[in-house]
Amino acid sequence: MFRHALTHKIFKTLMTLSLVFSVSLVQATSFEELSQELTIVKLSKAKAVVEQLEQTGHPLLLPLFEHMLAGDLYYRVSDGLLVSHSTVKGKLQIRALSTGELLDVTEADLEKIKVNNSLRIFLRSAIARIQLTSEDATERKAAVEALYKKMDSDTVATIASLRETETNASVRGAMDIVLAMDNAKNGSDVDARIASVTFLADSLEPAIRNLMIELADQVEEPRLAIEARVALNGIEGKIRFFNKVDTIFFGLSLGSVLLLASIGLAITFGVMGVINMAHGEMIMLGAYTTYVVQLLMPNYIDASIWVAIPAAFLVSGLMGVIIERGVIQFLHGRPLETLLATFGISLILQQLVRSVFSPLNRQVDTPSWMSGSIELNPVLFVTLNRFYIFIFALVVFALLVLILNKTSLGLHVRAVSQNRNMAKAMGIKTARVDAMTFGLGSGIAGIAGVALSQLTNVGPNLGQGYIIDSFMVVVFGGVGNLFGTLVAAFTLGIANKVLEPITGAVLASILVLIFIILFIQKRPKGLFPQKGRAAE
Amino acid sequence: MSAISSRFNTQLFKRSGEPGAVVAPFVGLLLVVTLFAGVGNLLIPETSMFYVSTYTITLLGKYLCYAMLALAVDIVWGYCGILSLGHAAFFALGGYGMGIYLMRQIGDRGVYGNPILPDFMVFLNWEKLPWYWLGFDNFGFAMLMAVCVPGLLAFVFGWLAFRSRVTGVYLSIMTQALTYALMLAFFRNEMGFGGNNGLTDFKDILGFNLQSDLTRVTLFSITALMLSLTLILSQAIMKSRFGKVIIAVRDTESRSRFLGYRTERYKVWLFVYSAVIAAIAGALYVPQIGIINPGEFTPINSIEVVIWVAIGGRGTLIGAVLGALLVNYAKTRLTAIFPDAWLFALGALFVIVTLFLPKGLFGFFGSVKNKMMGQPKPNLTEETA
Amino acid sequence: MDWLETARDTFRRDQVWNFMMPKEVHVDVSKDVILYVEDLNVSFDGFKAINNLNLYIRDGELRCLIGANGAGKTTLMDIITGKTKPDSGSVWFGQTHNLLEHDEASIAHMGIGRKFQKPTVFEAHTVYTNLELSLKTNKGVLPTLFARLSQTQKDRIAEVLDIIGLTEQQQMDAGSLSHGQKQWLEIGMLLASDSRLLLVDEPVAGMTAEETEKTAALLNSLAGKHTVVVVEHDMEFVRSIARTVTVLHQGSVLAEGSMDDIQRNKDVIEVYLGEEHAEQAGAA
Repeated sequence: MFRHALTHKIFKTLMTLSLVFSVSLVQATSFEELSQELTIVKLSKAKAVVEQLEQTGHPLLLPLFEHMLAGDLYYRVSDGLLVSHSTVKGKLQIRALSTGELLDVTEADLEKIKVNNSLRIFLRSAIARIQLTSEDATERKAAVEALYKKMDSDTVATIASLRETETNASVRGAMDIVLAMDNAKNGSDVDARIASVTFLADSLEPAIRNLMIELADQVEEPRLAIEARVALNGIEGKIRFFNKVDTIFFGLSLGSVLLLASIGLAITFGVMGVINMAHGEMIMLGAYTTYVVQLLMPNYIDASIWVAIPAAFLVSGLMGVIIERGVIQFLHGRPLETLLATFGISLILQQLVRSVFSPLNRQVDTPSWMSGSIELNPVLFVTLNRFYIFIFALVVFALLVLILNKTSLGLHVRAVSQNRNMAKAMGIKTARVDAMTFGLGSGIAGIAGVALSQLTNVGPNLGQGYIIDSFMVVVFGGVGNLFGTLVAAFTLGIANKVLEPITGAVLASILVLIFIILFIQKRPKGLFPQKGRAAE
Repeated sequence: MSAISSRFNTQLFKRSGEPGAVVAPFVGLLLVVTLFAGVGNLLIPETSMFYVSTYTITLLGKYLCYAMLALAVDIVWGYCGILSLGHAAFFALGGYGMGIYLMRQIGDRGVYGNPILPDFMVFLNWEKLPWYWLGFDNFGFAMLMAVCVPGLLAFVFGWLAFRSRVTGVYLSIMTQALTYALMLAFFRNEMGFGGNNGLTDFKDILGFNLQSDLTRVTLFSITALMLSLTLILSQAIMKSRFGKVIIAVRDTESRSRFLGYRTERYKVWLFVYSAVIAAIAGALYVPQIGIINPGEFTPINSIEVVIWVAIGGRGTLIGAVLGALLVNYAKTRLTAIFPDAWLFALGALFVIVTLFLPKGLFGFFGSVKNKMMGQPKPNLTEETA
Repeated sequence: MDWLETARDTFRRDQVWNFMMPKEVHVDVSKDVILYVEDLNVSFDGFKAINNLNLYIRDGELRCLIGANGAGKTTLMDIITGKTKPDSGSVWFGQTHNLLEHDEASIAHMGIGRKFQKPTVFEAHTVYTNLELSLKTNKGVLPTLFARLSQTQKDRIAEVLDIIGLTEQQQMDAGSLSHGQKQWLEIGMLLASDSRLLLVDEPVAGMTAEETEKTAALLNSLAGKHTVVVVEHDMEFVRSIARTVTVLHQGSVLAEGSMDDIQRNKDVIEVYLGEEHAEQAGAA
């Protein structure tokens, strides 16, 4: 690292030297003077000023150029102070460029520094040049990769010289790509060009793909065209493959959402045999709990999730216990009545939320560690929130399986669901087990709500959209079979996403619904039925 | 033969669960009310206290359509234990059948003035009518389709479901999924049924202006007549041996099968009959309300119908009708006073009725009456689906 | 006015139209055997409920099936009536009807009637309607919709009511009958259906001694005209009606013969009383 920093110092010194020679030609010299000149110079002459500015190598160049490029560089009319003008959380913020200090001025006091297209092009490459010499390797790499899309001979030359001294392997790799692209496109020796094409054939960068198309279509060098065509085929095959991987990832992501939404139902409906039409509202309550938790701790959004998960479990679980004790226990053995009563409860809960939080959707913030994405390669991104939710769904599932199989509550639940009277005779408090089980199922629905709040808007109808899907998953997987639910959720998720590009989202969900309806005809007991002597 | 006549007598007076105990008087009352309402609207001056406003006529017509829908649900749920959460789908399909006919009657009076294409198709740059719109300018054909398409859907769905012996809650959720899928489909513009906005801006039916009082009263009267007819027909069906088999299937389906009844066929035909009634109700609803859109398919609509039936008393044809009238009247009044309170009230109704009035108001009053008259309590049979 | 006559004749109230008459099913019993059960196997989740079972029922006989719980009696009845499909084996009704190819309704239509272990009657219907629904008629949807009771059918119901002793209760809801009365009603439904083969699962459970005796007499009187297979735990009852007894054990036939033979059978004693008793019996 140390040696690396040293090379940069040398490079900067060289730049300053070249500046010294050019200084004699123009009047203004320092960064301060030149940047002041921006406020008065004509747009047509601005480019010259900017070119000189670049020569100064001043540390404020990068923010200056970036604000200029974004079109939010202004100056105060009264004294010509350069300011940046940005909107943060819906509020206008005006800061002095040099100090970063927040200024108390209005838009009326400001004048915009105008930028035209040729200036923008120059700014972009200048920013790239500045970044190329940054001390931070990731920044350098980003700057090199930015060049894939738009190369000019000057920067390529710069890169060629920087390549010699570059110590970071991944930055060097990126530089090699830029140089190979340039050579493949503009090189004079056909064999060298072909070698570059072969070298580039492994990359999935869209810019390289475009270059290959260009080379394959040219007629001057037929051998080069053939090689480019071969490379292009290889690249496109890979892209198709990774697109499939991408579809599967989205399918798994949808599947994990379905799993979270239906896993609570797999307990209340699958294990207990209770139809809870208010299940979707348990999810909704979990999502609103997340919203409230964030309202209560606005400065700790990153940590809010860890508070929201247990809170949502408690809120939804408690509501579940109340529903079970208040209504469902009186309807034991009357599934259709249970369905109607719990539907009534779902209406009441929806309207309650509408009255308390308004019918409008609420925005729940995503913690910083969950936002963004991992780039596996130029065509394959994994969005972090979906990735975490996928993991989260599996963890919740595993925990639930553990609870049902290893704890005494789980033992009691299974005993009661298999033979209620016998369990009662063995001294199990069935009423308590019922309430606990229902609370558990509802609580998990609440946790699902926390996860969903990271993917969609939180509104009173949030749960409704999931209730039918959840029932389908549980029925498809086989009632009373948790692993069936797991398989069914991911199968349906992937099926939906595979169909989507072919048929469109709405038709895909219709087709999946129809498929399940037909499937239930064939196998009324689901994918993994529980067998036994048919009791009548 | 005194045994037979005594049997007849007990059947008439004994159980509220038996169909038809009060169908005849109710039909009589309904027709009288219809007559008075019609006369009150058309012949009595607006200043008189006996004048019935056109708004009231339309409202009554809407209630009667809902009553027919409730009757349809009662026939399958009350008598055969098939809790359909998707009957709104048949209602809406019937409505769309009528809606397409009414769209074709607009002709060139639409906003874009296209003599063939409805406005929304012009808006979507369609060049010609989709094939499934053809023929709908003929009223007879349109009505045939309005009834046959839902009937066919019910047949296919029922055939698939009942043949593979899907029952109880599974069936309910499948019916709900059916209407949900249709809702998603009808929201799509490409379906060619007006997408989100549905079909509206109707002008006239069979050449009669839909806005005129006479047309409104006529439509209302036809609805009342159709409701009466379906009530009488349903009563006859439920009194026949077919009806007895249906009740037998509700209580012990396997027993009926071992007696040699192909229960799935009985259920399918009952389901189709019920779907057709729902479709007729939908077809009568649309010209009176003036719009049909995919919102009619929402699962909550179907479930609301179930609560009308539950409140009135399932397994009693009249109970379902009265339940629909009562709840919808309450809805109209309540939403006018406290718009927010309606869903709370509806939700509470679901809970209260299932917990405290398993036989509905009709059954409740029946047992109160029996108690007061010192008769033994009628045997409460809960379905065990 | 010839057509008028025809029309009048067609719509006479006291007759049953031809198309509404049930189609007669011919059962070929030329070999004197009405039910063949061969090499039958059924398992549920690895548990062999029926294990290589062979059973032949002669036409007109009264056969008792006995066996401990889980011996496969009810499962056997489920298979014969089409409710459960076996994994392998064959079940023939007479020489010509393969029962495994038919569903419950058509098996019932062929003339196999069944009484459940737990009395199963239509509780919301009157006793009279229960019998009406059991009558041997065309059970298609349309004929049922327009069906009326003919005088013969009314007489038949009255006759059955008399046999089962429920004439007084004919207008009562079946749901309000006592347990024994429900058992009787279900037997009455079998009678009304005029089935060729009657499968009777535990007919005297919950009956008083007097009622049991009456049932025994009834079942005895049915044999000959009908073939009757009775599953029962009450050994006294079995002794009082049985001519041939089949013992099922763990899904297959353990022994078959007269009641006395069975009681002396070494295997049966071993299974029911343990090895010691078997040795004693052998020694004696």
